[in-house]
Amino acid sequence: MSQPLIPVSIQWAVHLLTLLVLPPLIPGLINKVKAVMAGRSGPPVLQLYYDLAKLAHKRAVFSRTTTWVFLAGPIGTVVAGMVAGLLVPFGHTGTPLSFEGDVILFAYLFGLARFLTVLSALDTGSSFEGMGAAREVAFSALAEPALFLGFAALAKASSSLSLSTMLLGSGLGSGRIAGPLILVLVGWAIVFLAENARIPVDDPNTHLELTMIHEVMVLDHSGRPLALVLYGASLKLLVLGAMLMDPLFPRAPQAWQNWLIFYAGLGALAVAVGLVESMTARFRMTKVPQFLIAGILASAFAFLLLLV
Amino acid sequence: MSNHALRAILNGQAVPLREVPELTLASFREAILEGTRGGARLACLCATPDLRLFAVLADDAEKRLRVAWARLPGTRYQALTPECPQAHLFEREIAEQFGIIPEGHPWFKPVRYHLPWSDLPSPWGRDEGSLPAVTDFFKVSGEEVHEVAVGPVHAGVIEPGHFRFQCHGETVIHLEIALGFQHRGIERAMLGGPHALSLKQAETTSGDSTIAHGWAYCRLLEALAGVEVPARTDRVRGVALELERMANHVGDLGALSGDVGFLPTASFCGRIRGDWLNLSAEVCGSRLGRDWLKPGGLHHDLNPAMATGLLPRLVKSWADTRDAVELLWSAASVVIRFEMAGRLEPTQAREIGLVGVPARACGVNLDVRKDHPFGPYRAHPIPASLAESGNVHSRAWVRWLELIESQRFLSEALEALAGSDPDPRAGPLPPLAADTLCVSMTEGWRGEVLHLALTDGHGRFARYKIVDPSFHNWFGLALALRGEQISDFPLCNKSFNLSYCGHDL
Repeated sequence: MSQPLIPVSIQWAVHLLTLLVLPPLIPGLINKVKAVMAGRSGPPVLQLYYDLAKLAHKRAVFSRTTTWVFLAGPIGTVVAGMVAGLLVPFGHTGTPLSFEGDVILFAYLFGLARFLTVLSALDTGSSFEGMGAAREVAFSALAEPALFLGFAALAKASSSLSLSTMLLGSGLGSGRIAGPLILVLVGWAIVFLAENARIPVDDPNTHLELTMIHEVMVLDHSGRPLALVLYGASLKLLVLGAMLMDPLFPRAPQAWQNWLIFYAGLGALAVAVGLVESMTARFRMTKVPQFLIAGILASAFAFLLLLV
Repeated sequence: MSNHALRAILNGQAVPLREVPELTLASFREAILEGTRGGARLACLCATPDLRLFAVLADDAEKRLRVAWARLPGTRYQALTPECPQAHLFEREIAEQFGIIPEGHPWFKPVRYHLPWSDLPSPWGRDEGSLPAVTDFFKVSGEEVHEVAVGPVHAGVIEPGHFRFQCHGETVIHLEIALGFQHRGIERAMLGGPHALSLKQAETTSGDSTIAHGWAYCRLLEALAGVEVPARTDRVRGVALELERMANHVGDLGALSGDVGFLPTASFCGRIRGDWLNLSAEVCGSRLGRDWLKPGGLHHDLNPAMATGLLPRLVKSWADTRDAVELLWSAASVVIRFEMAGRLEPTQAREIGLVGVPARACGVNLDVRKDHPFGPYRAHPIPASLAESGNVHSRAWVRWLELIESQRFLSEALEALAGSDPDPRAGPLPPLAADTLCVSMTEGWRGEVLHLALTDGHGRFARYKIVDPSFHNWFGLALALRGEQISDFPLCNKSFNLSYCGHDL
C-alpha cells in the first residue's frame, strides 16, 4: 500500500466526488477530439454539463402507453452505474466497497441496468424502440462472454475474485501474465466500445433511428429522465473506462500521484475513442457480432494461456 | 429501333399539335409497348383535361424523342403497367389528376392524395377530408414478420414522406413509400400561363434543382416563342447547372460518409458544399441559383471580370473537394460498407425506367447531356459517367466521376467566358406559338428533368407537365431495399437522395 499521506476517508470522498462529477466530461472530451480531427471547433468540453442543467429544468413528456416501467430504465441505469462505480478501483487509490466475489455483482449491475432499459424501451410500444431493444440484447449477449472470460483470466492470475485485487494486483510488469493481460485488454476494449454504443459498433451522433442500437431505446425520454439517461451513459463510460485502464496504471508512491495517473489515463482513453471514431466508419450491423466474437476469442485465449 | 407511328422530335423542339400523330387507343398502346420493348424509355405519359393521353418516348440511342397522342373514348382504358412497368406511377397520376381509370393496374393507389382537377369523382372515393398516405399498404404476414412505419415526420430537418417496411427480423422483405405531403399544385398553377410567377414555380419544383428545372422551363418558352439563345448565354447556363451539380454531389458524398459514421469527409464536405453554393451566389446573389436564368437569356450575366474572379476560387474549391473525397475512397471501412448495401440490377433499372445517377450506377448508359444534348453540351459534350455494381458504392462513385467531368467543363467554360464579351441583354419574349407541343429536358444533378407544355389557341399553357427524376426513381429505392438490412435504409436512401417535393409537385 502507498503511504497514506491522505487519510483513507478523504480518498473515498475523492472517489465519490469523481464518480458524481467527472462522468459528463468524458463524452465532452471525445467530442472535442472528433471535432478537432474533422477541422471543426466543436461544442465546448463541458457541453454535457450544460445539457444536463438545461434538461433538469424541463418537464418530461410521457406517452400514454407508458407505465412506471418507463422510468425504471433511466433511474436503474444511474443507480446501477453508481454502485458499480463504488466497486471498481480508480487506479491505485483504494476502493470504497470491496469483497470477494464483487466482480459478479459488478458485471450484473450492468446486466440489471440493461434489463431495465430494455423494459422501458418496450414499454413505449414503438417499433423503433423494440428493434433497438432486440439489437441491444443480441449484441450484449456476445459482449458478456468476453467480459467474463477476461475476469476468469485475471481471477486465475491474481487468485482472487475481488475486483480491486484482480485489476490492480496483476500489473503488466510481472512477465508471465503480460501476454494474457494484453489479450484481455483487447477483448475488453471491444466490450467497452460495444457497451458504450461507440463507433464502430454504434453511432452515438446519428439521428437515423433505423440504424441505432442503444440510442433508439431512449428516444421517448425527455426532460429529467433524459438527463438521467445521458448522465447514466457517461457514468458507464467512466466505470468501464476505469476497469479497462486499471491494469495499465503504474503504482506511484503518493496517493495524489495515483489520482493524477488515473485522470490522465481516462483522458488518454477519451482521446483514443475520439481518434477511433474519427478514422473509421461504422460496421454494417451484420458485422457487429463478428467483432464481438473477436473480443470473446481474445479473452478466451488469455484464459487458456493462464491455465497451462 | 424506329417507331414510325410516333413523331420524332429533338429535345426542346416545338412542334405544332397538328403534326403530332393522333393514334387510336389500341395503336397508341401498341406503339408505347413496342417502343419500350425496343429499348426506348417512357419519359412521360400524361393526360389532359379533355381526356387525351400524351406519351413521350425517349429513344436515347437515336437521340430522338417520340411523341403521339390518343383520345380516350371514356374515363376507362386498359392499363399499360402490366406489360410496361415504367408506366406504373404515370397511370396512377393520370387517374388521380383526371379521374381516368386504367383498368387492370396492379397497384392502383393515389400518388399525391389530392382530388381530380376535373369534375370527375376520385377513383378511390376520396373527398376533401381525406388525409395523405391514409390508405392500405402492402402487408406481409407470418411468424416473426413485423411492420415498421417511418415518417412523415423524421428525426432531422428533411422533407416529409412515409415509409412502410415489412420486415423479418432485421431483413426488409418489402418497402412501400407513400409521398404527397409536399403537393403544391405546380402543374395546375401553370395552366393559362406563362404567368409572372411561372419561372419561380418551375425553379421551386425542387429547390435543390433550381437551375435544372428553371432551365427546362426557359428552353420550353424559348422554343415556343421561336427564340434562339446566343451560345455565350448557353455557356453561362451550363456553368449554373454544373455548379448546382458540384454543390449537391459534394453534399451527398459528405452525407453518405456521415451516414456510415465516417466523420472527416462528412465534416469537410459540409463546408465545401457551401463553397460551391457561394460560387453561384457570387453571380446571381442566390446560393441555390434562384433568378439566375430567365426565358430568353439571363437575369444575371457572368461577365468576363466575374469569370476571371471565379477561376481561382474554382481551383481552390476543387482542390478541397478532391482531398475530402479521396479520403473517403482510401478508408477501407467506408468502401466495404458502401459495397455491401443497396444493390439494384441493371435489368430492374431498365424495367422501371430509372434515370440519372442510380441508373448510371447500374451501367445504364443514359444522360440527357449526351443523348439529347442541349445548350452548351452540343458543342462541349460531357460523357456519361458509369459504374457497374448498382450498389451504394457505385452511386457514390458515379457522383465522384461526374464531379471530375463537371469541374473540367466549369474551368473550360469560365476560361472562355473570361475572354468573351457579354451578349446584349435579352428583351421580353414574343408571344408563344398557339396549339403547339414542346418537350424540354435537362440533366439535373439527380437525373433527367422533363417539362412538357401544350399551348391553346392563344398561346397559353393548356397543359404543363413536369417530370422530376425523383418521380422515376423512388420506386428504385424501394426495390434496392428488398432483402437488405433495415439498418441500411438511411444509407441507401441517401445514395439515391431523391426529392420529395419534386415528386409531389
